[in-house]
Amino acid sequence: MRKTLIAVAFATALAGCSGQQAPAPQNQTDASFEAKLQEQLLDAKPGSVIEIPAGHYHLKRGLSLRTDGVTIRGAGKDQTVLSFKGQVVGPEGLLVNANDFTIENLTIEDTKGDALKINHGKNITIHGVRTQWTDGSKTSNGPYGIYPVKTQNTLIEDSEAIGASDSGIYVGQSTNVIVRNNKVHGNVAGIEIENTVDADVYGNTATDNSGGILIFNMPDLLMDGHSTRVFRNTVTANNHDNFAANGSAVASVPAGSGIVVNSNPKVEIFDNDIADNKTANIIISSFYSTNYASKTGVAPNYDPYPKGIFVYGNRLKGGGDSPSGLEFKALKTALFGLSGHFPDVLWDGYSDPKFKGKELPPDDRICIQDVSGVVNADGPNGYKHPDTDMKPFQCTLPKLPAVVLNPEPKV
Amino acid sequence: MPVKFFRYLLPAALLLLAGCHRAMSAVAFHADGRPTMLSDWHVVEARDGKLELNAGVVPYSLNSHLFTDYVHKLRTIWMPKGASAKYTANGPLDFPVGTIISKTFYYPRVDKSSAADGKFNDVARTLDYSGDFAGQGLDLASVHMVETRLLVRRKEGWAPFTYVWNEAQTEASLARTGDVQALTLVDAQGGREDFNYVVPDEGQCVTCHEANMLSRHIQPIGPKARHLNREYDYGSGRQNQLEHLVAMGYLMGLPALKDVPRDANWRDPSASLDARARAYLDINCAMCHNPNGVASVTGFSLGPDTPEDHRLGLCKSPEAAGPATGGRLFDIVPGKPDESILMYRMASTRPGVMMPEIGRSTVDREGEALIRAWILSLKGNCDIVH
Repeated sequence: MRKTLIAVAFATALAGCSGQQAPAPQNQTDASFEAKLQEQLLDAKPGSVIEIPAGHYHLKRGLSLRTDGVTIRGAGKDQTVLSFKGQVVGPEGLLVNANDFTIENLTIEDTKGDALKINHGKNITIHGVRTQWTDGSKTSNGPYGIYPVKTQNTLIEDSEAIGASDSGIYVGQSTNVIVRNNKVHGNVAGIEIENTVDADVYGNTATDNSGGILIFNMPDLLMDGHSTRVFRNTVTANNHDNFAANGSAVASVPAGSGIVVNSNPKVEIFDNDIADNKTANIIISSFYSTNYASKTGVAPNYDPYPKGIFVYGNRLKGGGDSPSGLEFKALKTALFGLSGHFPDVLWDGYSDPKFKGKELPPDDRICIQDVSGVVNADGPNGYKHPDTDMKPFQCTLPKLPAVVLNPEPKV
Repeated sequence: MPVKFFRYLLPAALLLLAGCHRAMSAVAFHADGRPTMLSDWHVVEARDGKLELNAGVVPYSLNSHLFTDYVHKLRTIWMPKGASAKYTANGPLDFPVGTIISKTFYYPRVDKSSAADGKFNDVARTLDYSGDFAGQGLDLASVHMVETRLLVRRKEGWAPFTYVWNEAQTEASLARTGDVQALTLVDAQGGREDFNYVVPDEGQCVTCHEANMLSRHIQPIGPKARHLNREYDYGSGRQNQLEHLVAMGYLMGLPALKDVPRDANWRDPSASLDARARAYLDINCAMCHNPNGVASVTGFSLGPDTPEDHRLGLCKSPEAAGPATGGRLFDIVPGKPDESILMYRMASTRPGVMMPEIGRSTVDREGEALIRAWILSLKGNCDIVH
């Protein structure tokens, strides 16, 4: 007989299916909650506030919203929990394609894909949201926790991201972004700002990720990024094994990385507390170091060199004592001995061949102050002639302007 | 032939016995609201053991079609009196307000004699559509009806509606929040595969039909010139579908057929491997994977005009795939399907890994074989440069 799978029948029927994982049961209360929430999202009008009361709800289908001006509000991230452990249709927990969107005070858990994805939209506010995979840090977890992509005027604050198999908080191909006062832990990357223009990342705590805070530019996307300020963050002991699947950008990040800049121009790193990241507290690198660069696969106009990087006034401690990866291990031992450690900053040594033997334009330099030292790893020559000369980095750069959200978020 | 003869004759005989066969009411275009029953529209209706098409409702097919768990699809177009679509070369035909497009999803039944033996949810895994329909309507005794989806062109834009059929297969009712049905695919050798047929919710309709992420307008996907440019057996004879629409008064501005683009039928062995694969990728992937679509943020396009370089995923690093890379480095590695992320995601049924992201719970084995052969045929390499 034809069977509509709701209520208790759901789990029972699925258990009999070959090759299908039996999801957690969905009771009648959860089923009606889910249907009602779906309808509220479908019927929302500009100005609608969808309140989700305290409770732990099991959903089986990814949710979506495509109406401007909607607020989704829970009773608190410990009180309102949307669990997707039994998700059969996905992949996201909540997918938003809308402007003037606010989400606050709730948790999204155990989604098959990304927990919260905002794909195209302006004036996005994410406040007091937690995304989490509850079964620990696993490769099979969804890739991103909080994931605005192709957005403008975006604020992510007072939120928490745990256990993402790629990045806890990932801002991609966006413009005018503030990421502040969040906590990220147990992810591969804590916070990643990728191909994004004008971002301020401050007041965040990143610990126990494989890499704490990443500022990346990848090839072949809709836009290239520049101008990110990373300041007043605490980036400590990001030494988690890298559990990303090979092929993803963050899989190339060595476990034990504090703040990593890859191929992204105009990055200012200052006033942070960075400590005990075992590969290095700060890494500056090129797309060539990811081992993903092929002739065919990269758009000809892509610039893989980090330019205009300014590091100063950070409080740095420990780290660099047990780098990941054979090359870095060998390099560390060769330069500093078995019990030694890398200094605060590791640069892979890739620079634009256009300027080989010439001076870089002043604004394209890598300027590093107030650190214990810099290693130029000589990546382009197979790490054969590393160098610890600080002189090339003794310079200053013009400071970047603060990001101003306009309109200001109303939270 | 006796069975077939019987199948078509019986309803006719019953009809004669009944004496009077009510004519279907005229197609009803609802300019707003959400009619709760499919029959409120009078586009296709279950009548006398058949799914009948109303007057003016034209069936059509596509050169290559989207895979949906081996389900079979009956597609129709209707337009109000005097209205007609304008031809466009690339996008969907420019349909007038009032247009109703329907798509009915059904499976051929495995064993028609076992109608009452509890095997109703055993459905046939077959790519053979020839016995289903020939311009005259579906024989409800030989099919398992699942859902009928409507795209209705209203003044403010296209609106999607999904109706799920009842057990008696007499009527379908609105299912805004979707549905999940446990079915079993049975192949010609008796091989069985249990799966969950997922009827999309309204939000998911938009996920695929949203042609432009900025305008957020939704559009039909199939009725584009390159998909429609083929013959169809209307019962009264075969004719090119676009020319038939012109003859019906439903289409204006059709150029000479030689100037109309045409996707290959991906199952046509006489077409080139490249044309078949690109047609398959076009109809199965390009609704999202195009420069304005949902997947534009990946920089990976699979439209018919995408040049054969990184934009088509060759040696391209994935964007936002996470564990769905399967540990592979690039979207497509020429000559190496088992190193290509595309193949990994086609072969998966796990939400978050599988592609397309929604709309199927099983693997398209034949489609997978086609794309595998195509990647094998591609030249070049993804050697890493430092």
